[in-house]
Amino acid sequence: MRRLEKDESLCIGCHQCELACSKAFFKVEDPALACLRVEDREDGTHAIHICNQCGKCAEVCNTCVITQAKTGVYMINKKECAGCLMCVGFCPEQVMVQSDDREEPSKCTACGICVKACPTGAIRLVTD
Amino acid sequence: MIKMCDVPRYAGPDAAELEKMKKAHVLLNKVEYERTPLKHGYTDKLLTVDVTDKSVKISDIPAEVKEKFVGGKGYCLRYLWDATTPETRWDSPENEIVMSAGPIAGITQYGGTGKMLVCTISPMTDIPIDSNVGGFFGPYLKFAGFDAIELRGKSDKDVIVVIDGNKGTISIEEAPLEHLDSHLMGEELTAMYADDENDRKNVAVVCTGSAAEHANLSMLNFTFYDPRRNVVRLKQAGRGGIGRVFRDKGIKALVCKWQGVKANLNDAYDFGILNKVGLKFHREVANLDEKQNFMRSTGTAYSLRTLADYDIVPTRNYKFGDAPGIDNMTAEVFRKDWLTQGGADGCWYGCSMACAKTADHFLLKTGPYKGQRVCVDGPEYESAAGLGPNCGITDPQAVLELNFYCDTYGIDTISYGTMTAFLMECYENGILNEERTGGLKLEWGNSEASLEMLHQMARYEGFGKIAALGSHKQKEYFAAQGWGDMDFMNDIAMEQKGLEYSEYGSKESLAQQGGYGLTNKGPQHDEAWLIFMDQVNNQIPTFEDKAEALYYYPMFRTWFGLMGLCKLPWNDIVPADNSTTDEPAKVPEHVANYLDLYYGVTGVRLTNDEMIRQSERVYNFQRIFDIRLGKGLRKNDAVPYRSVGPVTEEEYLSRQERYDGQLVDLVGYTEEQVKAMSLAEKMAATRKFREDRYQSLIDAVYPKRGWTLNGVPTVAHLKELGMDLPELLEVVEPLQDLQP
Repeated sequence: MRRLEKDESLCIGCHQCELACSKAFFKVEDPALACLRVEDREDGTHAIHICNQCGKCAEVCNTCVITQAKTGVYMINKKECAGCLMCVGFCPEQVMVQSDDREEPSKCTACGICVKACPTGAIRLVTD
Repeated sequence: MIKMCDVPRYAGPDAAELEKMKKAHVLLNKVEYERTPLKHGYTDKLLTVDVTDKSVKISDIPAEVKEKFVGGKGYCLRYLWDATTPETRWDSPENEIVMSAGPIAGITQYGGTGKMLVCTISPMTDIPIDSNVGGFFGPYLKFAGFDAIELRGKSDKDVIVVIDGNKGTISIEEAPLEHLDSHLMGEELTAMYADDENDRKNVAVVCTGSAAEHANLSMLNFTFYDPRRNVVRLKQAGRGGIGRVFRDKGIKALVCKWQGVKANLNDAYDFGILNKVGLKFHREVANLDEKQNFMRSTGTAYSLRTLADYDIVPTRNYKFGDAPGIDNMTAEVFRKDWLTQGGADGCWYGCSMACAKTADHFLLKTGPYKGQRVCVDGPEYESAAGLGPNCGITDPQAVLELNFYCDTYGIDTISYGTMTAFLMECYENGILNEERTGGLKLEWGNSEASLEMLHQMARYEGFGKIAALGSHKQKEYFAAQGWGDMDFMNDIAMEQKGLEYSEYGSKESLAQQGGYGLTNKGPQHDEAWLIFMDQVNNQIPTFEDKAEALYYYPMFRTWFGLMGLCKLPWNDIVPADNSTTDEPAKVPEHVANYLDLYYGVTGVRLTNDEMIRQSERVYNFQRIFDIRLGKGLRKNDAVPYRSVGPVTEEEYLSRQERYDGQLVDLVGYTEEQVKAMSLAEKMAATRKFREDRYQSLIDAVYPKRGWTLNGVPTVAHLKELGMDLPELLEVVEPLQDLQP
């Protein structure tokens, strides 16, 4: 399975990963439109929330439009998606993206753009 | 989670048989139309199909109808009124079945937003019945370009009406070969009109079953395709005999096809607010369901145990409220041994509450499909309680089998359960016996007899012909035969206005007694489901609270029927801080959600008061519709004493401590006086007190609703509502001074 892995101890809170993700898929640099989240804790450390391809989104989808590809990555069939947003609401990591200018949500495809943007190696792309 | 994608189809029709059915279709009329896309939740188009001459008409819905009747049930009642006269009865050709989904229906972001409202003049009550149903037909009809459909006339041949929203065609086809029973016809028509397997989710069917040919208590099934279980699921417009009217018109099914369900087909005024509120709702369900009531994992039947603890689950024809053996039917048992979860258990897109469960691969032991494995939708709480403990049955296998056959035959589980409970009590009292039932031993707990009676009803033979009448007409029949005392039967037959009660024992909840008795269509809980807030949560403790609740909640809950919404997401799961709000029973945050949804779709911002006012217009219209058809006055709101207090010595003695105590605490006797009273005296005093209290409740509620003490909407109130329409004034003006 191809998926993201994280090491929060390396995160410096630069949010470059979020900006790169949203830039790639929404053409704007907006952390709210990124399929991962970096949360700045009060103690100066950072929590990284990434999609671990757990499949909860596919489980709650009534219409079976989220399916697991051969790579292990869960993909949304946007043509068939009715935009009900249950997957977004039920995502345990809260890293699926809903944007009012699109009718369907987005999720992490483990493309690695965030990994390339991360200056410290806090996010890695692994294949199990 | 149970993965169902790989299991073989249960009822998949044979391809050759399907081809034969299709070839047998005769096209009687086909029209092409230009689809009107939705604008802010409305198409403003009405589709009229007259099956007598097979004509199809599309007309505009006028702005004044939209303003006063809003949609959904409002539209259904308005067009039903216009089509009928005071003399129209259920089987008159001009009687219509009108269906409308309402402006919010069809959004996909929030739970419970795919409901269709269905109205007709009922064969059980002779007044309008309204039923609220899930499944895909309601939203698909909107997407196909129609806010409402009215079906009128009578066809000399069995026909289906097929609406293809993408192609813009409406056809009326003679369809002689499809099976009548819904679990088969739903599959057959879904497969027939789908391009391929993936297209089945785009086909919605409305049909009934073989029992609807004769049985008054027949309903309509609305399908939705479940891609995980590979099966067509059934939801019911259950109450009041709409299925009987459907078949009397010679209609076998409606089919509506829509390819391409997307998030904003309603053309929302503010799409963003729908997303915001919807996402908040999904997160609430995700976080709180397992802390509150497990709707996702168990469905509505979760409440059997809780209600039994509060002496509310109707047992042995509502004599008692806690069923011996109820532990056989708890949520844990259903979850562990019978039901599957994690499939497509929302009956429309976006329902994360997902309360519709199934028993998969259920092996039938009786009837025409004996030995086959089927998918049983349910049981919902009402079905489980009515078919089960109310008849003394606590075997889940029997309840599921009854549920399956009721559904596929087109029989309303609630009416069937309550009616069977009445018949069993008649049997216990010698009003019925083995000879009179043709050999059916209708003893408490005899599930085999209940199932056999159901099969006989579907075949319309034997005692099934009597069962097909429903409780109200059965009383008259039994009395005419000299079999039973009418007064006793009036006390124990749990029906009012001709409709059987739904499944809550209301003896200890005055609010629910009114919630059943002071309804427009008859004793169905959807209008004023107050028993939880009254008896379980004690949120409306005083007499004044209860009377006020019988004004506010029927109006508030009517609003769901105007919009095309399900009521369950309103208060089955509530925000974590709901108990700290001023009025937790109203779930203020969720009311605000609904006002946001209405604004988001239509662009109109309502206040709470305006929301209630929208409902009041339609509610009073329905009341006057009842009056126009000969019911709807105070005398019609009388209730069977079984719903108010103990009819028999057995009932009194089973809760003697409670009833004796109430004679002291509520009625005003001293303990010594009560000790000195005979059982008959105590029962008479209890009855007088409880019946007087119900009348006092009516005296308090009617004025709040703007009605005279005879239950007639006042002219002044109609003016205040903007409902002083000439056709309404014509009905109510002569009755303004009429005393009860």
